[in-house]
Amino acid sequence: MRHIINIEVENQAGVLARISGLFSARGFNIESLSVSHVDTKTSNMTMVVRGDDWVIEQINKQLNKLIDVIRVTDITTSGRDYVNRELVLAKVHCPSSKRGDITNLVDIFRAKVVDISNHSVTLELTGSEKKINAFLETLKPFGIKDLARTGSIAMIREFHDKTLSNHV
Amino acid sequence: MTGAELIIHAFKQEGVQAIFGYPGGAVIDIFDCLYNSDIPFYLTRHEQGAIHAADGYARSSGKAGICLATSGPGATNLATGLATAHMDSIPIVAITGQVATHLIGNDAFQEADVCGVTRSITKHNYLVKNIEDLAKILKSAFYIAQTGRPGPVLVDIPKDIQQAKTRSTYPDSVEIRSYKPTIKGNKRQIKKAASLIEQSKQPVIFAGGGVVSSGANQELETLAKKIQAPVTTTLMGLGTFPETSDQALKMLGMHGTAYANYAMQQADLIIAVGVRFDDRVTGKVEQFAPNAQIVHIDIDPTTIRKNVQVAVPVVGDVKYVLREINKLLSEQKHKTWMKQILQWKNDHPLSYANIGKIQPQYVIEQIAELTDHNAIVATEVGQNQMWTAQYYNFKKPRAFLTSGGLGTMGYGFPAAIGAQVANPDRMVIDIAGDGSIQMNIQELATAVIYNLPVKIIILNNGALGMVRQWQAIFYKRRFSSICLRRNPNCPPNCKQTEDDCPTYVPDFVALAQAYGAAGFRITEPDEVQSTLKKALETPGPVVVDVIIDKEENVYPMVPSGAPIDEMIRGMA
Ligand SMILES: Cc1ncc(C[n+]2csc(CCOP(=O)(O)OP(=O)(O)O)c2C)c(N)n1
Repeated sequence: MRHIINIEVENQAGVLARISGLFSARGFNIESLSVSHVDTKTSNMTMVVRGDDWVIEQINKQLNKLIDVIRVTDITTSGRDYVNRELVLAKVHCPSSKRGDITNLVDIFRAKVVDISNHSVTLELTGSEKKINAFLETLKPFGIKDLARTGSIAMIREFHDKTLSNHV
Repeated sequence: MTGAELIIHAFKQEGVQAIFGYPGGAVIDIFDCLYNSDIPFYLTRHEQGAIHAADGYARSSGKAGICLATSGPGATNLATGLATAHMDSIPIVAITGQVATHLIGNDAFQEADVCGVTRSITKHNYLVKNIEDLAKILKSAFYIAQTGRPGPVLVDIPKDIQQAKTRSTYPDSVEIRSYKPTIKGNKRQIKKAASLIEQSKQPVIFAGGGVVSSGANQELETLAKKIQAPVTTTLMGLGTFPETSDQALKMLGMHGTAYANYAMQQADLIIAVGVRFDDRVTGKVEQFAPNAQIVHIDIDPTTIRKNVQVAVPVVGDVKYVLREINKLLSEQKHKTWMKQILQWKNDHPLSYANIGKIQPQYVIEQIAELTDHNAIVATEVGQNQMWTAQYYNFKKPRAFLTSGGLGTMGYGFPAAIGAQVANPDRMVIDIAGDGSIQMNIQELATAVIYNLPVKIIILNNGALGMVRQWQAIFYKRRFSSICLRRNPNCPPNCKQTEDDCPTYVPDFVALAQAYGAAGFRITEPDEVQSTLKKALETPGPVVVDVIIDKEENVYPMVPSGAPIDEMIRGMA
């Protein structure tokens, strides 16, 4: 099963190496990883991993065992609702004749045009992994020239009550 | 204070009484401070000797071992020793010099990314980049090494940081927000464990190195008495329960006793204390202890459910948790079960044939008797290690020093040196193989110079015996590169049936003498007892070269990947 895991770590040199080293040494696979510092002392990592319950339990415990890891939260199994986002930049082949078609898609997906040239446009989209996959599928026929994609980041929603939480 | 002075000051504050190490350019400032310090420094002849000595010091005393080495090659020479200590959870603080901060990353002379190299073989490591962090980092290193599940911590200190001045003081304590080991087990889990224990008809207590680290052997004995259960130990747990007791099953697993393995396979409850269910213990894990529920007590949550399913996990310090469990338990009697255990012990004792050659097991028994099972015994790795584990019959913890997890040849002798430093009044013995001893033989100089009267007893079978054993049993006696007598003139497919082999090199007796140690050789069975006695009574370091039967193997043996009650008992 696919799990999104949030890891709060000390913002210290070598932390990323410790975590990636742990995964390679123990044979766990990271599907995506995104890292940034939250304040001068703390960094946050969101990691997408796949594995059965045993693997996920070990990942959780082994991460916790690292001295620099402050907290590990398995967002997927937290039993709470969460927001999950990725960002993609896609440079798409686009002669001026196709601009209309592409801006249509941009509107439908609520994406953004961030750069434009005679032969191409560069588009930006944030959303769930699913939404981004769907977007890229629709762009494929035009010809994707270049692609950059962040891993997922995720956060637990403040309210348990789904009717109250605002699904934007 | 300079950084270097701060390091020595930290050692003083921590009560360090011995440092093992080797100098070099990147630590010359620290050595300059040691020049007029009163902390005893032991100059080994190799950094690997230093780190194993720090390890032996720690295992035998319970205090952190201290090791000091220079950058680059000095630091990489520590790698095997760090990995050895890491696998066996031994507290060590290792200080390495590093090139000056402005040179880091430049491929400077004697630069190596030591934190990178040692990341997965230490409990934690630090590169000090700012003199103002040094005091806190050193305190954290001592704290992390000795608390929770202990382990080696390395602090890599650039030369300019050693020279820089600071006003910071060494803290009395340190708070690390991301490191808070659980000591007290969860009350509900402890209750559940106690109630499972009270329901059990055929319990087995299974104790490991965690009992040694937490000093819980008293509590373990209390538990065993109270519930009348047999006790088996891992290699790392030997000595936590007196092996001479009726309730002792001795070691289990690949080279464990048949009765320990039978008991595990028949048990309805396994009380696992400070163990990690290593593959050498479980054998084929799917068929391990098929009838048993498992209570698993360990301070490290990652060990729980890593290899086996557990009915009641209790995360906490073993000593604390056992004490709590003992309080809840009423006296239990398991007469039928204990009768069965004694029956197995009678029917399947450890045994060896007496065929007129020197049998290594007999040598160990003699050493045990001469030392009243009370010496500190280090071993190397291989058959020598397993025979010692099987035949010495340890009565106390912290007396058996062996590389359990990593299986490091060359560990025993320097570890014995460290143990002798920590225990100047005790008999310290290294039981060695003729292969392993050559991996750190240079430390004879250290033993002689500091007058550390370690007794090395080499079980000399002229071969890398344990590998030979596997080749004999599983590889049709195709003896590939295990013979230490073999030279290019030997026949290509030697099956080792004749005895007209080339002379053994080195001559261990002459070698010992060259270093200024005493040397003895034993070639006949009837000399074993008297010569060993003489050797153990000889002051100073001693080497005894015992020429043993090279065909002798370690039995019982569970083939790798088989269930633990399917043992090979010996070769016809
Ligand atoms: C550093 C190292 N290299 C290789 C091995 C693999 N190995 C395990 S036992 C063994 C043979 C040891 O021979 P010896 O020291 O003579 O002991 P014996 O088994 O004969 O008692 C070897 C090579 C090891 N454990 N450690």
